[in-house]
Formats: sequence, structure tokens, C-alpha cells
Amino acid sequence: MDPHRKRNQALSLAAIAVVAAVLYFADSGASDYQIRILNNCAIFAALAVSYNLINGVTGQFSLGPNAFLAIGAYTSALLTMSPLEKELSFIIDPVIWPLNEIQTPFYVSLLAAGSVSALFGLLMGFPVFRVRGDYLAIVTLGFGEVVRVVANNTQSVTNGPLGLKGIEAHTDLWWTSGFALATVFFVGRLVRSSYGMALKAIRYDETAAEAIGINTFWHKMLAFIVSAFFAGIGGGLLAHLITTISPSLFTFFLTFNLLIIIVLGGLGSTTGAVLAALLVTWGGEALRFVEEPMQIGPLDIPGIPGMRMVIFSLLLVLMMIFARQGIMGTREFSWNAVFSGIRRLQRGPGKAK
Amino acid sequence: MTELFRAENLTMQFGGLTAVSGFDLSLCRGEIVGLIGPNGAGKTTVFNMIAGYYTPSEGKILFEGKVLNGKKAHEITKLGIARTFQNIRLFPDLKVIENIMLAYHCRIRSSFFGAVFHFPLYRREEEEMMRKAMLLLNEVGLAESAEEQSSSLPYGKQRKLEIARALGTGPKLLLLDEPAAGMNPSETQELLDLILRLKEDFGLTILLIEHDMKFVMRICERIKVLDYGITIAEGTPLEIQKDPKVIEAYLGEVRTC
Ligand SMILES: Nc1ncnc2c1ncn2[C@@H]1O[C@H](COP(=O)(O)OP(=O)(O)OP(=O)(O)O)[C@@H](O)[C@H]1O
Ligand SMILES: [Mg+2]
Repeated sequence: MDPHRKRNQALSLAAIAVVAAVLYFADSGASDYQIRILNNCAIFAALAVSYNLINGVTGQFSLGPNAFLAIGAYTSALLTMSPLEKELSFIIDPVIWPLNEIQTPFYVSLLAAGSVSALFGLLMGFPVFRVRGDYLAIVTLGFGEVVRVVANNTQSVTNGPLGLKGIEAHTDLWWTSGFALATVFFVGRLVRSSYGMALKAIRYDETAAEAIGINTFWHKMLAFIVSAFFAGIGGGLLAHLITTISPSLFTFFLTFNLLIIIVLGGLGSTTGAVLAALLVTWGGEALRFVEEPMQIGPLDIPGIPGMRMVIFSLLLVLMMIFARQGIMGTREFSWNAVFSGIRRLQRGPGKAK
Repeated sequence: MTELFRAENLTMQFGGLTAVSGFDLSLCRGEIVGLIGPNGAGKTTVFNMIAGYYTPSEGKILFEGKVLNGKKAHEITKLGIARTFQNIRLFPDLKVIENIMLAYHCRIRSSFFGAVFHFPLYRREEEEMMRKAMLLLNEVGLAESAEEQSSSLPYGKQRKLEIARALGTGPKLLLLDEPAAGMNPSETQELLDLILRLKEDFGLTILLIEHDMKFVMRICERIKVLDYGITIAEGTPLEIQKDPKVIEAYLGEVRTC
């Protein structure tokens, strides 16, 4: 097989160790603001990788992440909040049984968040994948709105528009980076297995995939459910990071953000999704200044909230026109590619071909 | 010889158009049977009905005594009927070897968790897939292209790869839709030898559609002729060549061209 397998594994371990060391020092030394950016980077990297599994790898256009995030966030928050806390927050309608008595550890609430989210994925996927065509986009888009409306109106479950406050801040750098690592590991391994190849086959040609005996219905379900599971956990982590959630947090913007990330990374590339998530999350912070009031020469420009979204939208449009492949295309980062790249550079540009 | 496959009174209507009507066919194990006819005669439609892509408006399909009507395409593949397509349908961005390995995926026993976490069973099955895929590539003479992208192969090799991929699913009945289309005479000859060899090595029964008459007459033991969805003749290559209705169907086509 691969003669460089040992070397590559060693390099991967070394890279993980470097990241762990950086996180260790950041955990004790970095400012709250920097830590928040790192947390966001890790969560969005994981969300992008799981979203890419259904949209990029399998080629089924879902617009669901914001709904799954909401479901995960509410599920886990309702499970970790203490009964007393819930009694105090639900001032209009008391919270229903059994939520008023239940309290679970954080990790249990995260697993529940993923599972409930995956269950909704299953319920949506069932009718959608039975028929061919782009119904998934429509159904998931509608579902996102339904989730928001339901969250706003089921006062005794979600506390309506007031949302949930005082969620304990369990999420730290170790949780978010651990989650990112686990997602990349799981999805990466899945994509490289024969199941993952079958998912790619479905993206290229569903008819041909059926012809070689691939049950396209179940494989699409599989990708969608796995994607929903990780999005649900991501929602749980997010809830315990920002400690206050409300229905207005989970708008289509979240999905749009993730869509930009996976297109930028290259639809179908797991490592591309990670790279783009880091770029966009960090870029979003770096671009904060465009929404501040500023003065260019004699011009006084008032702060324009939402300006960053305009820039990202333009970026998406430009990419669709000039660089549809994104950063990575459908390729993946690999140490072998890095080494052959270095060798090419050493041989000099003249012999590059 | 025992019967492997039977179609009775197959009929396919698209709205008002009857693409195939009253199609009967019985295949014995080990036979090579040809399906010919002018453009639009309904040949590919017959394949699509057998392989589970179209639901016949009427009629019955039997394979090893089991009724196939109502089964999905992937279920029919797993039962042992594999097909190729008139316009080649490979997975372009996947490597040649991956195209073949995928054909074995439908028969693996590993669960998806086993595959993600590399359980021993999956590791064994993956090695097995790789080994079998390599053997198959050797068999069709594509071993040295194993690591290339399938879209980079020349046309003739893509055809062979598609046939090899179909064989990977472990079929008893192979449906070939115009395998020699677009090939020059020497490639066609090579393909003919290949198909005959594969038939012996894999114990196949073959139903094939082809416009190249020389090819059909040499490879097929029996031929059925369709015109406007209706079977107009059936017999050995010699009988078909002399059949006045067949000559008229083909000459008629030439005149209208
Ligand atoms: N899905 C479909 N919907 C409507 N009409 C169809 C469909 N598939 C095939 N037809 C029609 O059925 C008839 C038979 O088509 P078919 O593809 O089976 O012909 P063929 O014998 O394979 O021809 P060729 O030699 O050109 O491949 C044609 O008139 C075609 O237009
Ligand atoms: Mg045809």
C-alpha cells in the first residue's frame, strides 16, 4: 500500500500535538475575545464538515443546518438546566413534564441533542429521498422556518421568544476542538470508506449507482442523518458557549454562512471545509471594521450593520462565476501531496510540469 | 439447458406512445442473445424494464423463477442482473480501480460503523474488494490504468471499464447496450473476443443490443428483431439475415434517413 503511511501518520500526530499545545497556551493566556474566535472556528469547522457530507460529498442540496442547530441547542440546554433554573425562567407558562424534573450531565445532553436532530433528519429524509429531484432544498428550507415558528409558540417547552437564559457555560476550547476533531475523524473516515465512495457515486450519477446495486435511498438517508447528528451536537455546544438562546438566533443566515464555507472550501472536500471554516470565521471577525462608522477623506460613513453579509454574498457570487472549484475542489489535503509539491518546487519552476 | 430468464408480454407505454408491446423472451443459461432493430425501436426500453428503471405497463419478468416486477434497480442488480448503458456512465472523478471496487460495495457485510471505525471485518472486506477489483482489471486488460481517473481513459477503454464494473456486481445475466458503438474494426474484434472470454470465465448469460450487424451475427446464437416496439422476427443469425421483414425494416429506415 502507501509506502509513506508511517511518516504520514507521524506527521498527523505531530500536527495534532502542535494544535493541542497552541490550545493549551490559549486556554490559559489568550483573551476572552481570542478564545471566542477559536471556539467559533472549531464549531464552524465541524458544522461545515458535516454539512459538506450531504451537500458536497453526496450532492443532495440541503438547507437544513439552522434547523438542526436549533433543535440541538434547545434539546441540550433544556437537559442541562436545573429544575429550579427552568422554573425561574419560564415565567409565562411553566415548563412541561418531564422537562421540569430532568437534569442530565453535559455530555448526555449533547448525545441527546445529536440524536433528536438525527431523528428529525430521518423523518424529513424518508419522504424526500423516495422521489428524485431537488425537493430536499425546499423541504429543509421550510423545516427551518417551521422550527423557528414552533420555538416561538410552544411557550411551555421552549419558553417562546424569551428563549432560554442562564445556560451553564460548559463549552470550552477542549470541548469545541474535541468535537471538531471527532467530526473530521468520523466524516473523513466515512468518506474514504466504500460507503463514502458510494455517496460520491450518487453525486456523479444516481442511475449508474443504482445499476451497480447501491441502495441510493438508504445511502442518502445515511449521509443526511449523520450530518444532522453532528449539527445537533454543534447546536448543543453553541448553546453552552453563548449561554443564552432564542429562536431568532437560528435564522437562515446560519445556513447561508455554512453554505459559503463549503463552497469556498470546495464542495466535497472535507479538508477544504475545515480550511474555509477557519478563513470565514476569522475573516468575519477581521471584517468587523466595515460595519463601524468610518471616515474616508471628507466622507462620513455611518456604521452599516450587515455589511459583512453583503461582502460574503459578493464573495459567493464571484466564486460561482470565477472559481467554482473553491480552494480544494473535490481533492483532499494529504501529506503526500505536500511532499510532491515541495519536490516540484525544489526541482525549479522550469520543470514544474 | 435450463431457463434463467423469461419475459412475458412486456409492454411499455409513455403517454400515448407504445414504445414496446407484447415482448416475449426466454433465455437459457449460457446463451448469448442479440436484440436488434432500427433507431427508436424500443431496445433500450426493454433493458430499462428488465433492470428495474421503468415499470412495465403490462407483462411479467421472471429471473430464476422469481418475479422481478416492482423491484428497484439496485435490488435487481443484487439478484444477479447487471447492465451497461448506451452512453457510457462511469463515475468520472473516481479512479479506474475505485469504479470497480464500488461494484463490490453492494455485497459487503460490514455495517457503516464497521467501515468508519475500521473493524477487522471491514478491513478484510476492503482488501478483498481491492484484490478482486485488480483481478477484474487484469481480466479486461486495464490493470496498468488502475490509478488513473476514469474520465481520462480513451473511449474504447471506458467501454471495457463499464463492462468490468458490471461484472463486479457478480451477475448471472449481463445486459450490454451497444457495447461496440463508436469502435473501429480492430477494437470491435478485440471486444468480441473479450466478451466471449468473460462469458466463459464468469459463466454468464448475455443479452446484447448492437447496431453493428457483423458483430451481432458473429457473437449471438439467437437474435430478436424489434421494430416500432413489436417483435418482427426471431431466429438464428442466418435466418434473420434472410428474413424479408427484417430487410424491409432496415431498408425502410435507410430510405427515410
Ligand atoms: N422515458 C421516456 N419517456 C418517453 N418516451 C421514451 C422514454 N424512453 C424512451 N422513449 C421513447 O421510446 C421509443 C423507444 O426508445 P428506445 O430508447 O428504447 O429505442 P432504441 O431501440 O434503444 O433506439 P436506439 O437504437 O436509438 O438506441 C422512442 O420513441 C423513445 O423516444
Ligand atoms: Mg437504445
